[in-house]
Amino acid sequence: MTDTASTGVQQSFQFKSANVSLTALELYYFDNDEFETNLREKINQAPGFFKDIPLIISLEKYEGLDSELDFFKIIGTCRRHNIQVIGVRGGNEDQRRLARGASLALLPGSGQREKPQEPEATAEPESEPQTGQPTGPAPARIINHPVRSGQQIHAPEGDVIVLGPVQAGAEILAAGNIHVYGPLRGRALAGIHGGESARIFCQSLEAELVSIAGHYKISEDLQDNGWKNAVQIQLRDDLLVVTPLDKA
Amino acid sequence: MARIIVVTSGKGGVGKTTTSASISTGLAKRGHKTVVIDFDVGLRNLDLIMNCERRVVYDFVNVIQGEASLNQALIRDKRVDTLYILPASQTREKEALTREGVERVINELSETFDYIVCDSPAGIEHGALMALYHADEAIVVTNPEVSSVRDSDRILGILQSKSRRAEMGLDPVKEHLLLTRYNPDRVSKGEMLSVGDVEEILAIPLLGVIPESQVVLNASNQGLPVILEEGSDAGQAYEDAVARLLGEEREHRFMTAQKKGFFTRMFKGG
Repeated sequence: MTDTASTGVQQSFQFKSANVSLTALELYYFDNDEFETNLREKINQAPGFFKDIPLIISLEKYEGLDSELDFFKIIGTCRRHNIQVIGVRGGNEDQRRLARGASLALLPGSGQREKPQEPEATAEPESEPQTGQPTGPAPARIINHPVRSGQQIHAPEGDVIVLGPVQAGAEILAAGNIHVYGPLRGRALAGIHGGESARIFCQSLEAELVSIAGHYKISEDLQDNGWKNAVQIQLRDDLLVVTPLDKA
Repeated sequence: MARIIVVTSGKGGVGKTTTSASISTGLAKRGHKTVVIDFDVGLRNLDLIMNCERRVVYDFVNVIQGEASLNQALIRDKRVDTLYILPASQTREKEALTREGVERVINELSETFDYIVCDSPAGIEHGALMALYHADEAIVVTNPEVSSVRDSDRILGILQSKSRRAEMGLDPVKEHLLLTRYNPDRVSKGEMLSVGDVEEILAIPLLGVIPESQVVLNASNQGLPVILEEGSDAGQAYEDAVARLLGEEREHRFMTAQKKGFFTRMFKGG
């Protein structure tokens, strides 16, 4: 009777990580009349943009007195103009207490990281990256065996490192760089999401096709420069440039 | 438990059936109880090379579909008494080889045989996948030419991804390269890839090199596994390959041109 989840009843909801971009109103001081006048002017410049948008109040640059900070008035004024204030960002403890009193959500300031207030973050350490927090580079995919004809290695983020040959008819796709510690006889496509700084490195260039950020060269066009040599390939001014590794 | 060996190549006409016949005969000659299964449903050839085509009553598909028992379908070789042949069906579709059916037959054979040699059809379709699925070891038959090497590479990739060992995360299938139709004269003229070229491209251990030989054609027309032509270079090369398959060390032979003579070539080349 108490635990509906274990009795097989489907749960009515599920928590998902979400990533939403929001508009922030950076408040320097608060005077209700001035606030409304300025707000009206801004809205008149782009009425469509402000209609029904969610808004957060950023307190990071607030220089006025805490006692003047009347969130109820801010919320009311905004609502009259069809703007929904949903929370505050930053601010000192007193300011945040006032915001909580007005039932606003509290977001960490952009400079600081809030101490983990969300119990979910600890319960699911492997969940998707937290909103707004920069993540480290994606780990490289390391392939310890030859990539055979007909096989495809796809790394939608990060690099691919192959310890062995990439055979004719095989294909490597990477958002980042491609390293082949063996002959590259198949196709290698680096920077597949438009990463123009991606490079391709190989011990022996015998490729059917190489591509960086959509700029490609086929085998025929690769014969004259670095063929069957250890090379790196990079994009310079929209041109694929092959340079021997010993002269890099 | 039997050791299951698939003889495969991707490409057709490279010598899979010739190799299956000789390897299985060689294993059986050494006293190992061996069965060779023809997976080439619809294009049955193994029975011709093994000279048992007139003794086929039931076949592999009959056994899978429960129309005959294994004992009814297995044909005992007349020359080597530890060798059995399970012929393919000539009239059915390849789809008659169901995964469950093949597994059941292989499991049953595993109980009584030491070696199960699976003669794969060409291609990478259903029949070939069924032949390689249960393999512990693979003999990849390759001719010294570019297209054959490419197809062998493709089949090696499939062994790594679609075999039972790959699917269950067991040790990978043990791969062996068998180079057939090797002609050292044509290699020295640059008309064929050399052993070294093929080894370098495929990057798997070399089990043997079978020289191109009229004896191979004659033997298969007579229904004789070429390994039984003991005086021939091809027969000896298969004998060596079987020995290596069983873990013996044997030096590779028949890899240099015969007529010119070893010493003349050495001194001429400096």
